[in-house]
Amino acid sequence: MPGSAKHKRADGRVLAERQLHLYSSATYSYAPMSRAAVLGLEDGSAWWGEAFGDAASASGEVVFNTAMTGYQEIASDASYNGQIVVLTYPLIGNYGTFDRASESRRPWVEALVVREIETTCRDDTLDLDAYLRQYGVPGIAGVDTRALVRRLRAKGTLRGALLQVPPHLAHDPGVAQEAVAKARASAPLQAKPLVVESTGLGRQVGTQTYWSAKQGPLPLGPKVALLDTGVKENQVRCLVRRGATVKVFPATVSARDVLSWSPDGIVITNGPGDPAAIPQIAQNVRLLLDAALQRGASRPLPILGICLGHQLVGRAIGATTSRLPFGHHGANHPVKDLRTGRVVITSQNHEFQVDESSIPADSDFVVSARNLNDGSVEGLAHTLLPIRTYQYHPEGAPGPRDNEAVFDAFLDDVRSAVERR
Amino acid sequence: MLVGGYRDPRARETPEKARRCRADQGMKVLIIGSGPIVIGQAAEFDYAGTQACRALREEGVETVLVNSNPATIMTDAGVADVTYIEPLTVDVLERIIAKERPDGLLPTLGGQTGLNLAVALAEAGVLERYGVRLLGTPLRAIQQAEDREAFKQLLISIGEPVPESITARNVDDATVFAERIGFPLVIRPAFTLGGTGGGFAHDSDSLRAVAQRGISASPIGQVLVERSLIGWKEIEYEVMRDGADTCITVCNMENLDPMGIHTGDSIVVAPSQTLTDKEYQMLRSAALRIIRALGIEGGCNIQFALDPERSPVSDAEAQVPYYVIEVNPRVSRSSALASKATGYPIARVAAKIAIGKRLDEIPNAVTKKTTAAFEPALDYVVTKIPRWPFDKFAGADRTLGTQMKATGEVMAIDRTFEASLQKALRSLEVKGQGLLWEAPAWVEVTDPKAFIARFLTGSATDDRLWRVFAALRRGATVDDVHMETRIDRWFLRKMSSIVRFAEDELQGKTPTPDLLRRAKRLGFADSDIATLVGMLAADVRRLRVQWGIRPVYKMVDTCAAEFEAVTPYFYSTFEQENEAAPLLGEKAVIIGSGPIRIGQGIEFDCCCVQAASSLRELGVAPIMVNSNPETVSTDFDASARLYFDPLDEESIASVLENEGSDRGGKSDTQVLTQFGGQTALNVAEKIAGIGGRIVGTSADAIALAEDRRRFHDLADALGIPQPPGGTAASLSEALAIANEIGYPVLVRPSYVLGGRGMEIVYAPEDLERYFHAALEAGTGRVLVDKYLRGKEVEVDAVSDGIDTLVAGIMEHIERAGVHSGDSYAVYPAQNLLPAERRRIVELTAQIAKALPVRGLLNIQFIVEEGRVWVLEVNPRSSRTVPFLTKVTGVPLVRLAVAISLGSTLATEGYVRDEGIWPDQPLVALKAPVFSMAKLLDVDTYLGPEMKSTGEVMGVDRSFPPALWKSLVAAGLAPMPSGDVLVTVADKDKEEVVPIIEGFHWLGYDLVATRGTAALVRSLGIDVREVGKLSEGADEILKVIRSGRCAAVVNTPTLGKTVDRDGFLIRRAAVEARVPCLTSLDTALAVVQALRASAVSYDVAPLADYRSPERATAAE
Repeated sequence: MPGSAKHKRADGRVLAERQLHLYSSATYSYAPMSRAAVLGLEDGSAWWGEAFGDAASASGEVVFNTAMTGYQEIASDASYNGQIVVLTYPLIGNYGTFDRASESRRPWVEALVVREIETTCRDDTLDLDAYLRQYGVPGIAGVDTRALVRRLRAKGTLRGALLQVPPHLAHDPGVAQEAVAKARASAPLQAKPLVVESTGLGRQVGTQTYWSAKQGPLPLGPKVALLDTGVKENQVRCLVRRGATVKVFPATVSARDVLSWSPDGIVITNGPGDPAAIPQIAQNVRLLLDAALQRGASRPLPILGICLGHQLVGRAIGATTSRLPFGHHGANHPVKDLRTGRVVITSQNHEFQVDESSIPADSDFVVSARNLNDGSVEGLAHTLLPIRTYQYHPEGAPGPRDNEAVFDAFLDDVRSAVERR
Repeated sequence: MLVGGYRDPRARETPEKARRCRADQGMKVLIIGSGPIVIGQAAEFDYAGTQACRALREEGVETVLVNSNPATIMTDAGVADVTYIEPLTVDVLERIIAKERPDGLLPTLGGQTGLNLAVALAEAGVLERYGVRLLGTPLRAIQQAEDREAFKQLLISIGEPVPESITARNVDDATVFAERIGFPLVIRPAFTLGGTGGGFAHDSDSLRAVAQRGISASPIGQVLVERSLIGWKEIEYEVMRDGADTCITVCNMENLDPMGIHTGDSIVVAPSQTLTDKEYQMLRSAALRIIRALGIEGGCNIQFALDPERSPVSDAEAQVPYYVIEVNPRVSRSSALASKATGYPIARVAAKIAIGKRLDEIPNAVTKKTTAAFEPALDYVVTKIPRWPFDKFAGADRTLGTQMKATGEVMAIDRTFEASLQKALRSLEVKGQGLLWEAPAWVEVTDPKAFIARFLTGSATDDRLWRVFAALRRGATVDDVHMETRIDRWFLRKMSSIVRFAEDELQGKTPTPDLLRRAKRLGFADSDIATLVGMLAADVRRLRVQWGIRPVYKMVDTCAAEFEAVTPYFYSTFEQENEAAPLLGEKAVIIGSGPIRIGQGIEFDCCCVQAASSLRELGVAPIMVNSNPETVSTDFDASARLYFDPLDEESIASVLENEGSDRGGKSDTQVLTQFGGQTALNVAEKIAGIGGRIVGTSADAIALAEDRRRFHDLADALGIPQPPGGTAASLSEALAIANEIGYPVLVRPSYVLGGRGMEIVYAPEDLERYFHAALEAGTGRVLVDKYLRGKEVEVDAVSDGIDTLVAGIMEHIERAGVHSGDSYAVYPAQNLLPAERRRIVELTAQIAKALPVRGLLNIQFIVEEGRVWVLEVNPRSSRTVPFLTKVTGVPLVRLAVAISLGSTLATEGYVRDEGIWPDQPLVALKAPVFSMAKLLDVDTYLGPEMKSTGEVMGVDRSFPPALWKSLVAAGLAPMPSGDVLVTVADKDKEEVVPIIEGFHWLGYDLVATRGTAALVRSLGIDVREVGKLSEGADEILKVIRSGRCAAVVNTPTLGKTVDRDGFLIRRAAVEARVPCLTSLDTALAVVQALRASAVSYDVAPLADYRSPERATAAE
């Protein structure tokens, strides 16, 4: 069951689980295997390797990420909920894990697939293997990840399932078949309540407010309401660092509740899965957008949409969304800003795109940025109002920090909106 | 220095040309090459310049190239539109600019030389006068990045942290700063190559010494004294920026050797391995801010120091944990490495940006689907290891610091760091120095602590990697080694895992399929596995093949397989999927020449690239195997397929097997071994042994020429005259031979490379000393030959085994005894009698037929009193092939390739009745260039051991200006007036007379030590006498360092007994940048050239020299 292993861990059964662990850090890589693992794909292929992380099995869509650093940021990005992530960089875990590199309260990937896992790291960090174990996330190492990625590139994203067996069963065709069968039986992304699972930035239930300690004990900066559909915390950090007071609302909140806080600006964040599969949340976004459109240019309510947030705004204005063949996952995607002609290198993680041709001509929205690799829509902008959305992750983490200017621009809009009042 | 003053009267009439300069058709761009190969500036700039010329021509831009180095692909016909091989001076460039009237000048592809020249041209007003626009990097940016103080101020103004420092013009300023900041400090001279003349200071004494050296090394007498960041992580970023302000980083690299060792002397990995994403992005952002602040349009290299102790756990906004160390506002050695490491062609893209293209308008040549506006994603680990010349210079100071000493480098790619490092080690080609190598002195120290204390403390040396392995092998912990070396524990843990696997899993074990697979995945070479398990390498290989453990080949595609790529660039690894299906159709493998080292330079890479294009012309797909990241041969489009792998038997066998995998793994793909120098020749027999099909000269013919005894017998049988001599296995035998043939004798080990261990011996006691040393070095037999003092002459020829064509005869200016690679060679030979000439051609043809040779052949002769002796035969491409090809127009490599594939000289139309190509109406000199200023404690005198790192060419219509140009290009031209210090050995006193008279006639003031001074006075010439160093006077050094010393003429005293005075004089000259002439032949030539320099000279494209009619018509 999707996510079952990790939810189990949330209720305090860590100790029992740890006793199950057969994996041990060895003095050198390629020590004799302690647990074998196999990744079965729906196309019938099976990829054997050595297990790490939790001893659980997993299933989900298999996607790959080409970033060379930031495995912890990737693992803890809630947008990966429901997905098994292949990291193309072959050496993973080199610098351990640490709190500041977590993009949410826990890792969300169903499983990690790597060429080599490093299980020793500096004293003040926790090794990736242990980190994943803590949260019940399994992994498989020793896989020819490049071959796997070439297959995913050629065939498009495939569903997969990870099984773990004792070493003597390694390369057992029966086990491989079982993994393939499990992959074929696993539920598609759309059918899973991914956003609902991953919403809520804080560890407590309910809404949380953040502001910079520099401002003093009271939140004084412009009020930014953040609709958390699976937010990467660096978005909050980027806003707070720029002086905003950020209130994080769970994805399931009503638009009325958000607006009743009288925000000066709204951020709709990233999140997992298919925007078409969450009509209720899309409806909320529609209401927030309507509020901004109604207030118009005289009393503007700036809106910033990021990734899933961008797709939800797209759908709210009547555009359709569709699936990319194998998504965009990496820290090196070139995006051309159509207004300046400048190309920026962006961090990306999404399966779906806003279909350019479906953007209603009368919507007052234009495509503001485009992906240089495949021409897909990377940004929407309202022609008159400060409503801007980005398919990529301006907060990086992992990935370039050059696009934090998006937050500067948004907060400039927010501040000028506040001044106009 | 040169005869200047030529000004084009039309120069001021067309200033509008400057404004007209745009990225469009009809634009003309001047590209400055980097000149000769020296330490710190090597083949990477040939690679950069070649890419740039091709990239610009693609855009319809007319290219004019100037370089003084003929052994480059960029100066090959067809690379640039117009090619000048002329000295790289302001005066020469001004003449070329006046002649060619380019719209723009691209200064960033010729290394520091190109950049300095561009600045000089701009500052001299030449660019403005002729309306030439500086393309790419603005002048201000170059000046800012090169002037330490200006650079520091710029960085401070954009909030980038720089280490505390001052610019000092004298030692006292440095001392005052040290009192304020404390130690350690680092001293870097301004405007020098590879940080020449810099160093560290740990106390005030060392500070005074290093600062003094640095100030004199800097052309502007300026050093930067700054806080030392020894032990910090050293990280580099390669950044690109276009005119629309789009910035990208191509790659970052992490030095395994932390701060304190020049990055050119460091083991470097790409991408960084120990940086968190936060750190990676922090430095990336800083790099982008810097390139924007400098306003560079093109490529830029930025180096950072990162605090290794700072915990990643701490808050990002806390105090800055990094410093900016260096910015190179140009294509650099690191950018060549980054290009090869990622597949992103930095120089090509930089050239296109310079003429106004935007990054997103330049297609990614690798994927053909994406553009240059992206950042490569690597799915492998790249390791670079420098190649040092210490196998040549046994006595040199081997410590590594801020002054680069490596001549070349190797790179290896694999999917794990362990395998990548081990493969790079295999690529180094240092004989016997594999993973398991230990110096004899280490062996007896078995205690890890004692080993570290004795061999791993203090300054790092070139063999530190092996020392670390040895320490780990003795059980030293990662922490122990880290404390001494500051190498990051991550790297040490990986190295430790290699050692543990070798010791615990392989040592003395019986191989199993599982064990072998794991060993290969960790990168162990078959030969190392064999040593550890106690088998032969061939047996290990047989087991592997039997168990199906073969490497697969993966592609370097810039995008981690995200997009389908068309690049033919592969590396081997032990994984599941093979991406390199054998090439279809007729194909041939070219064995490359590996890392650049003394004795095997860029010339061989040049031949390999020419061979590849010749194969293409013949419809045969060229497959290149090489391990050198700097060169053109490893450019992804130089061949139909590139295997970036070591050049050893194992790796070549695997490549051949892979290429034959559609024929059941047959290794019978055609292999060309005659272009990759000795490296390729060394594997020829092994390739033949595994069923490889060597085309061209056979492995057996090669062996026949290489084995001096076998060749001696053949020569005797054919009546080919060789200097009398014999092979001695013992001292008594050697003494007997010497006695019989008479002293002086030339002695050398029976198998030699680049004149290693060769010496001229004048007396029995010296022979005794030599013999003991040779036995100690384990060289075994020694060849004792009569040393003939005649003219040394060299030919390059091509033969099909029946007909032979000598492309040209080159005469060495220095007589026999100076290594041919260190000699000035003049084409055509100036002092040969027609009969001697005929005899040389005849002997060449005879030897070619006897071996037989199918392809290239290089022979060295001695001509003495009308007799011609054969000194050495090399059945392969030689150092002079690119030079001779350029000056004669005979396509030597193309002919050799055609013959190798079955053609004949007759078919190709290159049979001449005389057996030699007609002399061209030009005179060309090949002059050696040394890197002695970089290598402390190396004696600079010329002898039978090769010492030069590069070469230049001087060409003109007659001998005097050609010689003068070659001296200028080699940096050996004395300034027009001043002192000439003459101090020669007694045996040379007679011969030095015309030299003394010559310098006197030219108006120089003579300075000499007692004996030589007496000689000068006896000629009726005034002389200033100075005391000998051994007599306690250091006046002589003061003369050299005075700044008015124009030249030093010094010959070593005989017999190689301690010649401390001479050594100190020669070193002082090198360090003060005073031309130092240690061969009287060179000195005499210099005098002649100086006399001739009063004669005006001309500059012309190389092609014009070969066809005088055209040149005349043009004028």
